Amino acid sequence: MLAAASPGFLSPTGVEIAFLLVGIVTLGAAVVTVTTRQLVHAALWLVVALGGIAVEYLLLTAEFIAWVQVLIYVGSVVVLLLFGLMLTKAPIGRSPDADSGNRWAALTVAIASAVALVWVVVDAFRATWIRLDTVQGSTEVSGRSLFQYWVLPFEALSVLLLAALVGAIVLSRKKGEPPAASEASATSTPSVIAAPPAASAASAASGTSAAPAGGDGDTAGPAPREDR
Amino acid sequence: MHLAYPAVLAVLLFCTGLYGVLARRNVILVLMSVELMLNAVNLNLVAFDVWLRDTLHAGQALTLFTIALAAAEIGIGLAIVLLVYRNRGSSDLDRLRDLAERADDADAADRDPQQPDTKAEATA
Amino acid sequence: MTLTTTAVLVPLLPFLGAVAGFLLGRRHPGFVRPLAVLPTLAAALLAIAVAFGQGGGTATDVATRLTPTGSVPIDLALHIDGFAALIGVLVGVVASCVQIYSTGYLRDDPRYPSYAALVSLFTSAMLLVVYTGDLMVLLVGWEVMGICSYFLVGHYWETEAARAASLKAFLVTKLGDVPFLFGIFALAADTGTFRITGILSHVARDGLDHPTLIALLLLAGVAGKSAQFPLHTWLPDAMAGPTPVSALIHAATMVAAGVYLVARLLPVFAASAAALVVLAVLAAVTMVGSGLAALAQDDIKRVLAYSTVGQLGYMTGALAVGDRGAAVFHLLSHGAFKALLFLCAGVIIHAAGTNSLAAMSRMSGLARRIPDAFWTGTVALLALAAIPPFAGFFSKEAVLGAAEHATTGAVPGIPGAVGWTVLISGLVTALLTAAYATRLWLLAFRGSGAEAPDHGRQPLAMNAVLWVLFIPTAALGLGAPFLPDWFDGRSLTPTLTTSVLATGAALIGGLVTYAAWRHSIALAARTPIGVAVAAPDASPGLSEELAIATHTPPYADIAGAQDPADPSRLLLGPLRRHAATGFHLDAVYTALFVRPVRAAATLVRFLDREVIGTYVRGAGTAPGWLGAAVRRAQTGNVQSYLGALLAGSLVLAVAAVLVATGTGA
Repeated sequence: MLAAASPGFLSPTGVEIAFLLVGIVTLGAAVVTVTTRQLVHAALWLVVALGGIAVEYLLLTAEFIAWVQVLIYVGSVVVLLLFGLMLTKAPIGRSPDADSGNRWAALTVAIASAVALVWVVVDAFRATWIRLDTVQGSTEVSGRSLFQYWVLPFEALSVLLLAALVGAIVLSRKKGEPPAASEASATSTPSVIAAPPAASAASAASGTSAAPAGGDGDTAGPAPREDR
Repeated sequence: MHLAYPAVLAVLLFCTGLYGVLARRNVILVLMSVELMLNAVNLNLVAFDVWLRDTLHAGQALTLFTIALAAAEIGIGLAIVLLVYRNRGSSDLDRLRDLAERADDADAADRDPQQPDTKAEATA
Repeated sequence: MTLTTTAVLVPLLPFLGAVAGFLLGRRHPGFVRPLAVLPTLAAALLAIAVAFGQGGGTATDVATRLTPTGSVPIDLALHIDGFAALIGVLVGVVASCVQIYSTGYLRDDPRYPSYAALVSLFTSAMLLVVYTGDLMVLLVGWEVMGICSYFLVGHYWETEAARAASLKAFLVTKLGDVPFLFGIFALAADTGTFRITGILSHVARDGLDHPTLIALLLLAGVAGKSAQFPLHTWLPDAMAGPTPVSALIHAATMVAAGVYLVARLLPVFAASAAALVVLAVLAAVTMVGSGLAALAQDDIKRVLAYSTVGQLGYMTGALAVGDRGAAVFHLLSHGAFKALLFLCAGVIIHAAGTNSLAAMSRMSGLARRIPDAFWTGTVALLALAAIPPFAGFFSKEAVLGAAEHATTGAVPGIPGAVGWTVLISGLVTALLTAAYATRLWLLAFRGSGAEAPDHGRQPLAMNAVLWVLFIPTAALGLGAPFLPDWFDGRSLTPTLTTSVLATGAALIGGLVTYAAWRHSIALAARTPIGVAVAAPDASPGLSEELAIATHTPPYADIAGAQDPADPSRLLLGPLRRHAATGFHLDAVYTALFVRPVRAAATLVRFLDREVIGTYVRGAGTAPGWLGAAVRRAQTGNVQSYLGALLAGSLVLAVAAVLVATGTGA
């Protein structure tokens, strides 16, 4: 295995140090996300955590994933979550009852799983070394594999997104009223509506073009999500 | 780079998300925690893909799919949350207790169909 | 038709009649009588045809094996020799008579269809026992007879006596049947076959490994079925059944099955001198004891029942001295005259409206009311008392002659003491038999007092049957010179010594009883006793049932009435009190078996209710509590559900990892 040539933990490389520091920040942001009493702050700390993960992707030479992460998570998901918070009239500022009654049980379960998983992972991979000498996740490489080998799942995914879109519309409608008339869904549904037609259109176009070699195809995949 | 670093980070992120899912009252905060868990998985996928130098780059492709799925999930999830909020005036998980065993279940008759969705959302 | 076909049809026809009776009886009452009478009658005629076809020649053996059983084979086998053929005729004729008699006797009985079908089934089973050549098949018939007897004794189940008697009959005979079953198994294990012919040839060739054990085990079943001491107690109580049933089952046929079985398997018993001694002692005790008990009974049918026990004792005595020809001869003649006596008793009970001899002794003119029963009954009593020239004399002389022959030790394998035991007890019993027969006749037909009520003539079906049975009762003795051809060839004609002795004893017994009766008749006039005449115009069966039900109030006990005018009081003296209760054997059984069993049952009931019941209730309560606890966990909070789920899967995962590393290392 690759483990034979691995150096020890006490002489970390620069990448490792960077990974470690960003990782600490990410983890800290995540912890604050799940513990803070201010709901909107939680969403913002989530941005930090997700961004940190994007940086970690970069450090792992998966640059395409990293940018997709930034675009979709930081760009759209968090925005959606913020919308959700506002639409449900979440309180701004500290809300004393952000945690439910079983937080201690939750803490126990979480720590126990953390201990068990860390133990297993460390036990299994403590001598495994990742060679980062070549870039594994450049846009070109990712696009090539995505549209050479993963076309069919990719298309299936676009159908799934369409289904999710329809589902979201159906769920958001008020019964007996046209969807545009409702105040609550008026702000949320357009953001959902806008994206998936573009997604299906774009992916359909790239799927039928049958020439996945270009940079066009590479950007077509994540593009719909960017719209959201 | 040691594989242990991303792996341990992923584990810790996952367990943080786990804590959030179990401990948060607001459904949207639970959704955020779910996102954290998904990201932890993604990190694992990418790290192992890089380590194994997979020619198909299955890990990275799967990460992309997961991200797309997460987007869809958050859309549907928020739609459900909004629906619940409209019907109940609350988005607190521990107030949605129609599954509870109680003497009279008559009042929960018309709201039953939404309960499985909420639960599925919480477990996602 | 070949002999085999005919012989197969003989048990089959009553069986089909019984099945048809069960199926049709309730819905089509018009078919019941033909279905009851005709198959039985046809079976009787076929049995006669079989007897003629067999003709006392060599035995006919046919066997077919339905399926291999893997161990000792079981065959559907027919074995027809002289014994089987003649007893088959007896069973067929008596069963036909009883069926015809029952059409009159139980004419208004609502349960007549099931009654008739059960009698048919019983007849079929008995014929099966008689004709079969395989012990397992014989056991089937044996047990079917037992269950039919149970149902028929309990025919009047409205009366307490009938219910108790049917249970007692069933349990006591089963008590004997269990060792009997083991005996059959032991016998088959020793000889390697269930076929009677195979067993006998094996015994003749190689002998048996455990002759005494097998013989004693079989003897238990025989004692139960044939009502020999100490398992005879069920028979007197079984008289709570209808009189025709008593005539067929408890006098002529079923109780003879045990004797018949011993006759068939006599070489097995003869292989063990100890078994023969036991048999002789049982026979002696049974004969003398039952004779004394019969003398003290008040119920006319109980007198006859004890008499049956005694006569069966004669048969076992004959078997003990190794003469099965004499035993079966007595079986035949006894079957005829005892069936006749019972059927007469049925007529008498109907005419008198009571089954109590004490009550009959206070009625005059009973004989005039029922002349047919009077004449046939008189002859049958003479036959019972072994007065020449009637059938009983010849058969009893055959038994006593065989015993006398054995006293000299001339018969190989049979100790002289056995012969002496049987001979002496037989002579004593001859005296006792004559005494109780005379007492029965005098009390029933020579009563004095109020005129017997007039119920008109008895049904023709009942009277005609009496005369049919009268023929063998009176004339079977004439067959004595010919019967040896059918049996083992040993002479059955009376010898002078025993004839003189036995007839003398019988005459003495009769005369002494007459003298006692003359002496006590004066008392009877002075001490009136409550006469319960039940339902004068009801059908015979109904009036018998009422007689049984109403017996106790005026006469105290079913067994012996408190009648100071009874000649038995004079004859038996202080012994009478004990004889009336069958020498307290029932009380002994109560103390020895019934009370311990009851106590055990109480204990088991306690254990069942308090110990096992606690477990059962706990098995219900614990899940109830568990359910309440689980119900409390159903808070509706999905987060707690999820937490529990994850915690559980975590524990499982850790366990799996530990196991995997543990086994991998």
